[in-house]
Amino acid sequence: MLLAFDTSSAAVTVALATPAGEIVASSTTVDALRHGELLAPAIAAALETAGVTPRDLTGIAVGVGPGPFTGLRVGLVTARTMGEVLGIEVSGVCSLDILARQSTLTLPVAVATDARRKEIYWALYDGPAADGSRRRLEGPAVDKPAEVAHVLSGLPVIGRGAVLYADALNVVADDVVEYPSAEVLATGVATRTLEVVAPDPLYLRRPDVTMSSGPKSVL
Amino acid sequence: MSEPLILGIETSCDETGVGIVRGQTLLADAIASSVEEHARFGGVVPEVASRAHLEAMVPTIRRACETAGIKPTDVDAVAVTSGPGLAGALLVGVAAAKGLALSLDKPIYGVNHLAAHVAVDTLEHGDLPKGCVAMLVSGGHSSLLAVEDITEGVVPMGSTIDDAAGEAFDKVARVLGLPFPGGPWIDKAARDGGDRMYVTFPRGLTSQRDLERHRFDFSFSGLKTAVARWVEAKRRDGEDVPVNHVAAAFQEAVCDVLTRKAIDACKDRGFEHLLIGGGVAANSRLRVMAEERAAAAGIAVRVPRPGLCTDNGAMVAALGSELVRSGKAPSPLDLPADSSMPVTEVLNA
Ligand SMILES: [Zn+2]
Repeated sequence: MLLAFDTSSAAVTVALATPAGEIVASSTTVDALRHGELLAPAIAAALETAGVTPRDLTGIAVGVGPGPFTGLRVGLVTARTMGEVLGIEVSGVCSLDILARQSTLTLPVAVATDARRKEIYWALYDGPAADGSRRRLEGPAVDKPAEVAHVLSGLPVIGRGAVLYADALNVVADDVVEYPSAEVLATGVATRTLEVVAPDPLYLRRPDVTMSSGPKSVL
Repeated sequence: MSEPLILGIETSCDETGVGIVRGQTLLADAIASSVEEHARFGGVVPEVASRAHLEAMVPTIRRACETAGIKPTDVDAVAVTSGPGLAGALLVGVAAAKGLALSLDKPIYGVNHLAAHVAVDTLEHGDLPKGCVAMLVSGGHSSLLAVEDITEGVVPMGSTIDDAAGEAFDKVARVLGLPFPGGPWIDKAARDGGDRMYVTFPRGLTSQRDLERHRFDFSFSGLKTAVARWVEAKRRDGEDVPVNHVAAAFQEAVCDVLTRKAIDACKDRGFEHLLIGGGVAANSRLRVMAEERAAAAGIAVRVPRPGLCTDNGAMVAALGSELVRSGKAPSPLDLPADSSMPVTEVLNA
């Protein structure tokens, strides 16, 4: 059984799939501030729904971002520790690749997600191959929408960034997929139609050197 | 029945700590520190710390298990610092602990970092005394706590109203041109022939008037400023700054106030034990002065060895072990990281 989850967006999305990629349980909750609270119970619930235990897991697939760092790390550290103690492989997948796979269009697509600070994480993809896979042509990168509008221009844009910056990105579609889906992640990894990388975070930004302020609450 | 085997995770600041204890026996205390990455900034950068925790987590868990000679599946419960601390840093540890607890189908205990600093002493000196004052001094806090039963809670008696003691060490070290973190360097400079009486720096919140409102509180901001002004004046006059003497005199002022108030707190509560924890507990002058003054007042001092005083996973495991042994119910799986967890809350239930 393959466990998949992504915490790179405002959504916490979890799915369980058979080795063939058939989904047996899944859930998605949108709450940008509670990834740390939501993920573990969602995994436990998925396991219970499917009637399996963690020992039945044969692999873990996790979105590696890019995405807001704090939430992103919740998914990655959960995947890594579970993989370590269960002795199973952890497959990382670029979260923008997951979104690209969620597009049902047969055209090349652009993916744009919310990078906060009025910026987007973005990437460009080729049209889908026969097996549904899409080749990433550019990105992932982080930029202001106006700075990359000319690159994305004329392409359908998938992801939360398309909703937030519809004007700047000249988005016309009205059925935009906003958040990555763990179902698509699970199926894509099970059927080897998503590119797998190491479960390392795609930060794309250097850490802010903002010091902790006030009387620090740590000893 | 054998004692519970507890794995504890600590990530509230810049140390990734994984400790393993069986009952009150320490089996492993693995630590990865990102302190060097922060040194050039003169303080801890939260995002740098969080990134380092993610990278260090699995290797540190692995190292702790190897040292303890156990497999993760042997663990009876997982304990983790759920607060207080840096929010993003805490979250890495809490999520890691949940990943472990979930995979192993074992309970998780989200514990208070300050209470863990108290509980760690069980690993060195056995059961805590029935009633003691705990003085926790470090870069983040300076607190006096009354502890009767660590598994039930602690009562805050006083704390710093501005800088933490360790913070004052860092800032004065910078003024004197000593590296970060300042504590060990000031201690060393003072021991290298520093004259404690060379200057008398102010003792914050010790005047009769201050004692009425702040009997057990601390203030180190004025002291830090006084040292900076004194040093500036010397430099302005073109004189050499006697670093060792200034370090010694500053340290004397900090230790004087800390120990004076700690002993007073013990007397106030009628407790015969003083427990000291936190990074500043490693200060050699503080230890000596606390011993001397406590002995004169008929109070016994307990200080864990320096490695257990600074942040580590063993202290979290130690508190987890006490909670398991006393039959406390574990935390839920939706346990949050609580950066401002009150000190009165020992377990996030
Ligand atoms: Zn601490």
